[in-house]
Amino acid sequence: MERIPILRMGNCLIVAIQVDMHDRLAIALQDDLTERIVKDKAKGVLIDISALDVVDSFIGRMISNTAAMATVLDAETVVVGMQPSVAITLVELGLTLSGVSTALNVEKGMALLQQRRR
Amino acid sequence: MDTPKGAALIEILSRHRDALLTEWLDQHLSIALRRGLTTEAEMREQFRSFLNVFTDALQRSDILDANRPEWEPVRAFLAEMSAHRARQGYTPVETATFVFSLKQPLYVRLRTELDDDPAALSEVSWNVNLLLDSLGLFTTEVFQRSRESIIARQQEELLELSTPVVQLWEGILALPLIGTLDSARTQVVMESLLQKIVETGAGIAIIDITGVPTVDTLVAQHLLKTVAAARLMGADCIISGIRPQIAQTIVHLGVDLTNVTTKSTLADAFTVALQRTGSSVLTPSATA
Repeated sequence: MERIPILRMGNCLIVAIQVDMHDRLAIALQDDLTERIVKDKAKGVLIDISALDVVDSFIGRMISNTAAMATVLDAETVVVGMQPSVAITLVELGLTLSGVSTALNVEKGMALLQQRRR
Repeated sequence: MDTPKGAALIEILSRHRDALLTEWLDQHLSIALRRGLTTEAEMREQFRSFLNVFTDALQRSDILDANRPEWEPVRAFLAEMSAHRARQGYTPVETATFVFSLKQPLYVRLRTELDDDPAALSEVSWNVNLLLDSLGLFTTEVFQRSRESIIARQQEELLELSTPVVQLWEGILALPLIGTLDSARTQVVMESLLQKIVETGAGIAIIDITGVPTVDTLVAQHLLKTVAAARLMGADCIISGIRPQIAQTIVHLGVDLTNVTTKSTLADAFTVALQRTGSSVLTPSATA
């Protein structure tokens, strides 16, 4: 089955979503990510959604939940690279990802993670 | 009964063409020339073309009904003229008079031609009257529609003009809002702000609402939406330019702005933004 790769960099995990998210993929990502955070003792998670230009309420909630789960496992989570259209859609859907940090791109997201962990 | 009256009309129209034209022009020209909107030559040309199209349609259709397909060219001609006049600033009355002023010269001709047959005269007059009335009303309708489209276009332009996003500093954007925020404008504001955030990579956006006359729950909700969307993109928002009355209204309405930084002036907001980006502005005397 198709899976979204999770890369480790230091004690941060990087998830780059480069394909169209469908529901099963999102659930698989949640499983994989939580497992990897525990296994790698990761302290930070960076989710890059810059290639995602369509979201529905389910995917929005999955992103929000995944970030919340990572936070519960004591890893800072940053969602980066959200497209304007996606941001507008999520706001209209009432999903403001209130517990999640955001950054404009991977570079700024990494800087944010480093700064938080210091 | 239809054929004879159509034929009579065509004959009158073609025989007295020039006389009709001149009289018609005399009637109508005084209005148009007074306002300096057109020239006599242009006017004459317009009348001549209209008369041509009109006679053509008459020859093709025996029934004097402007809604029939044979009259399509006449309607098209009038529509174009009417739209043109709407742009030039004629009044609806002046535009409709273009058609109506044909009545008098035409009736005079009809009376002289059909003097010996009162029944035919009244029959033809009535039909011509109906036809010209419906054409005149059509002109007014098109005129109104063109005006509406002009207004709609202006509204659109205004919308674009009133939502500039400016870059104040490296990484700091400002969005001075002027006028009432409705749903359509919020959409435009949000889109242009988010687009600019992507382009400039800005981390802070200052939304200045000095020019927003009133803030009700809907406007507040729109503001919060914009702030939330910007935050999702990784940019913080500061709302500035909150006047005392607006502060009172916001609290009375129970709008929750606790998650948003608010400042009373744009200058204050800018200072905060500079601090957050780690920049500072020094006056020369301080450095010396």
